[in-house]
Amino acid sequence: MEHIVIIGNGISGVTAARHIRKLSDKKITIVSAESDYFFSRTALMYVYMGHMKFKHTQPYENWFWKKNRIELKKGFVKKIDSENKLLLFAEDDSLSYDKLIIATGSKPNKFGWPGQDLKGVQGLYSKQDLENLEVYAPNNQVCKHAVIVGGGLIGIELAEMLHSRHIPVTFLVRETSFWDGVLPKEESDMINKEILRNGIDLRLSSNLKEIISDENGQAKSIIIEETGEEIPCNLVGLTAGVSPNIDITKTSTIETGRGIKVNRFLETNIPDIYAIGDCAEQHEAIGNRNPIEAVWYTGRMMGETVAQTICGNKMAYNPGHWFNSAKFFDIEYQTYGWVWAQPKENEARFYWEHKSGKKCIHLNYDKNTKELIGINNFGIRMRHEFFDKMLNEKQTVTYVLEHLADANFDPEFYKLHEKEIVAKFNLENNTNIQLRKKSWKRIFQTS
Amino acid sequence: MKNIQNLGLGLFLIGLTIFTSLIFLGKYEVTPQVLDEIISNKSIKSEHLINDLKTNVVGKEFSNPFLFSSEITSALEIANETHKQNSEWGKVIWDKPHSFSYEIAKKSGTGIIKEHKGLFWWLTFGLGILGALLYIIPNVITLGPPGIKNNGIWLHAATNRGWIGWFAFVFLVGFYILLYFRPDYIVNWTYIVDPISESLSGNLASQWFLYGFLYCTVMTVMAVRMYIKYRHNKYQILRTTSVLFFQIVFAFLIPEILVRFEKPWYDFKNAFPLDYDFFFSWNLDQLIASGGLGIFILVWGIVLTLVIVPVMVYFFGKRWYCSWVCGCGGLAETLGDPYRQLSDKSLFAWKFERWIVHGVLVFALVMTGFTLYTYFQGAEAVLGIKTQTIQDIYGFLIGAIFAGVIGTGFYPIFGNRVWCRFGCPLAAYLGIVQRFKSRFRITTNGGQCISCGNCSTYCEMGIDVRAYAQKGENIIRSSCVGCGICAAVCPRGVLKLENGPEDGRINPTEILLGNDVDLLDFLKQK
Ligand SMILES: Cc1cc2nc3c(=O)[nH]c(=O)nc-3n(C[C@H](O)[C@H](O)[C@H](O)COP(=O)(O)OP(=O)(O)OC[C@H]3O[C@@H](n4cnc5c(N)ncnc54)[C@H](O)[C@@H]3O)c2cc1C
Ligand code: SF4
Ligand code: SF4
Repeated sequence: MEHIVIIGNGISGVTAARHIRKLSDKKITIVSAESDYFFSRTALMYVYMGHMKFKHTQPYENWFWKKNRIELKKGFVKKIDSENKLLLFAEDDSLSYDKLIIATGSKPNKFGWPGQDLKGVQGLYSKQDLENLEVYAPNNQVCKHAVIVGGGLIGIELAEMLHSRHIPVTFLVRETSFWDGVLPKEESDMINKEILRNGIDLRLSSNLKEIISDENGQAKSIIIEETGEEIPCNLVGLTAGVSPNIDITKTSTIETGRGIKVNRFLETNIPDIYAIGDCAEQHEAIGNRNPIEAVWYTGRMMGETVAQTICGNKMAYNPGHWFNSAKFFDIEYQTYGWVWAQPKENEARFYWEHKSGKKCIHLNYDKNTKELIGINNFGIRMRHEFFDKMLNEKQTVTYVLEHLADANFDPEFYKLHEKEIVAKFNLENNTNIQLRKKSWKRIFQTS
Repeated sequence: MKNIQNLGLGLFLIGLTIFTSLIFLGKYEVTPQVLDEIISNKSIKSEHLINDLKTNVVGKEFSNPFLFSSEITSALEIANETHKQNSEWGKVIWDKPHSFSYEIAKKSGTGIIKEHKGLFWWLTFGLGILGALLYIIPNVITLGPPGIKNNGIWLHAATNRGWIGWFAFVFLVGFYILLYFRPDYIVNWTYIVDPISESLSGNLASQWFLYGFLYCTVMTVMAVRMYIKYRHNKYQILRTTSVLFFQIVFAFLIPEILVRFEKPWYDFKNAFPLDYDFFFSWNLDQLIASGGLGIFILVWGIVLTLVIVPVMVYFFGKRWYCSWVCGCGGLAETLGDPYRQLSDKSLFAWKFERWIVHGVLVFALVMTGFTLYTYFQGAEAVLGIKTQTIQDIYGFLIGAIFAGVIGTGFYPIFGNRVWCRFGCPLAAYLGIVQRFKSRFRITTNGGQCISCGNCSTYCEMGIDVRAYAQKGENIIRSSCVGCGICAAVCPRGVLKLENGPEDGRINPTEILLGNDVDLLDFLKQK
């Protein structure tokens, strides 16, 4: 029986394993050094915040693996011997494979800051990071102040986490506005305000210069590059993005760039070795996508796809329309299609913001054809299927606005803003779009 | 703010301590007049009992309810035993010993509480309510801006099965045992609500009036907590208002007022088979005897169960009842909300649930079948089994132990819907309709789920919501009470409770939305 070995029990590796099991009877082993069972990395924050216990982050009960004949091996892979199709472990044992899927994920970026390896300096990626947080920042007695370096999705999550335990936080963001490389100015502004509203000491345009140690080798303060200001702190969170975790390929002949290079079939340059998820890098970017996609959904989709290929239905990774979501303190964010931070040449934008300053939508469409390119929605939930359909059918912004009532996904009885949104669009664009009533028929035609 | 909350907690605990210690206060003395009253009211023919009471009870002062109760219950039991041995059936007293003792105690209590009902109301209910509100209301500020704030729930001993949880468990279980099985120990509690009861029904308060009043009070106070916690969520606010309204008006005020006009006590929203004694002969007789209104109630009760309930479930899901109307659901969603995360999500628990909840439904239906058969045939037994025996077993096991002691007492350990999930026969019935014929579903938003697990953790019914959401599948489960909390806590906007056409309610999802269309076609072709 063919033996499929998967390195990494994250969403990519586990999805691949599950689908291979669905499609075949092959022997499957998942290797991981991090945790005994698959857990949801995206939920780490909720464990620290006390919303959940660690076991709640595990999507499958422990009996699931045995029942589905997916073997789990805890161990750290030190070397891939592709000649002999053998994995060598730090624990000094080995495992042979017929096909290998590398799904080793990412690791937090460190930019060579002085003091970056001190005690009390950490990223937020792994289960071990969570455990360290309980050591260095269990409460505001032990951790009187924390500094977070890097204004991305993980940075703001870490800020929310520490804030939930009443630990004062200074948040250093290199950019002039939060996540403004991705978010247009309006949305970025809204999130700046949300961060401040929650009592976080947000420092825009601020870089870390160095982290200063106390006599025990633990961080005691940081210095800001621009101002030279020293901020005393007991914890430094480094959240300046992640990079593919490709350490295990170093001693092998597997081709790498920033990540493990793969073609559209998620194959590496070595036969029978595949790479998926955060650690994979496409030779050529797909559409407007990044060659390295470090999000949950793409890891899952790559897992689904590689399973097909391995089970004999050779299939290219061919993701549909981009979508993503996040939550910034109390403001939920979803996006479908593309809304760049800066409009491109051919693009026109429509922005509506609710007077509370906590809800908005931003539509991106083609200036000439009026075709929808994407939407950002904050504080309002939108139906994935609706926008997928709009993008598939290349509908115009007019059509989308007319049918906006079909798109709303907020809980029942929530205040609807479609009328206001359409009115604003009409006013700004001298149009006369009439909002249509919500139609179940249209909504369910999609699938 | 912390100080106000601590003050509130302090006041609440003082109120609770006084309330608990009331049991031990006061004295009981049966006067000859009281005894005569009881004898004539209950037409007691047992000279054994009368003599026993006369020599051992009348004119004596008992310093606590336990001695008093044991004296009376043992007198009753001894007398009954003798009469049964002598086959003097007419002299046997069929009352439950502790209910019998309660009736005497209610009339015979003396002392400070009975003399100062109002004062003690303020010292118990008053302090409790005030303290609880002082503890709860500052949450408007301490919780931070509106939004989901489940911070620290699994870190706090009150909500993570810690020592406070266990303490609350023991307290609640103790309370329900007293309420159902030792009412004669808690007459003092009933005194403090006598004035309220008299103003409503004109009668002195029974232990059930006390319970009803306490129930409404607790729900109201905890509803304030819900309003604050979910102030950003209109579904939660409306739902909470609705259950509160139905509890106070339908389950509490209307029945008491009916009694004032000498009509039968009836809760118009309490549908059979949750209202398991609706078809019991005493109830049918009483309804038939009470003229037009009685007949109306009889017809209404039947139509409610056979027509209104299933039709509403078809249109809105069982939530219309379980999360918007029902009193048990109402308590679970207010007092029980802090415990919702404690429900068991394992597959094992789900299997167990299906057996037991449908088992109770079958039990209720069989019992009712027996009851109606005996009622119309005039027989006492069916197939050699006495209807009365079945009714007693049901009343004890399901009505008291399951719905009361376990159903509410276990909140702090097994979550707030133990009864609704494992025990309620009406929920089982609604669930069958919801599963197979309803427009209600929880829609999963395409591929947006990040498998974080908030939804499953906070589902009070122990549904593993994530298991569906992460596959892009809609959630169609008989047990879902539509509380909407899964959708509220989801950080990615993945879930929406909605009523829509039955077509497409169950969505097949081999591959999640997001992966390209060809793949979907490919799978369809296979
Ligand atoms: C705090 C946080 C929040 C996030 N929130 C979101 C979100 O809201 N939405 C979203 O789309 N994405 C989010 N992400 C990103 C998302 O979690 C990742 O894209 C996803 O988990 C990547 O999955 P993966 O399976 O590729 O890798 P991983 O989940 O990283 O799994 C890789 C596994 O391989 C193991 N491994 C690595 N090397 C070896 C070795 N040599 N031997 C043995 N085992 C090894 C690792 O220990 C790890 O367990 C978040 C990430 C973090 C850290
Ligand atoms: S599935 Fe959601 S709506 Fe249904 S009972 Fe559970 S939490 Fe409530
Ligand atoms: S809470 Fe939302 S994102 Fe998290 S597992 Fe449930 S449906 Fe998925």
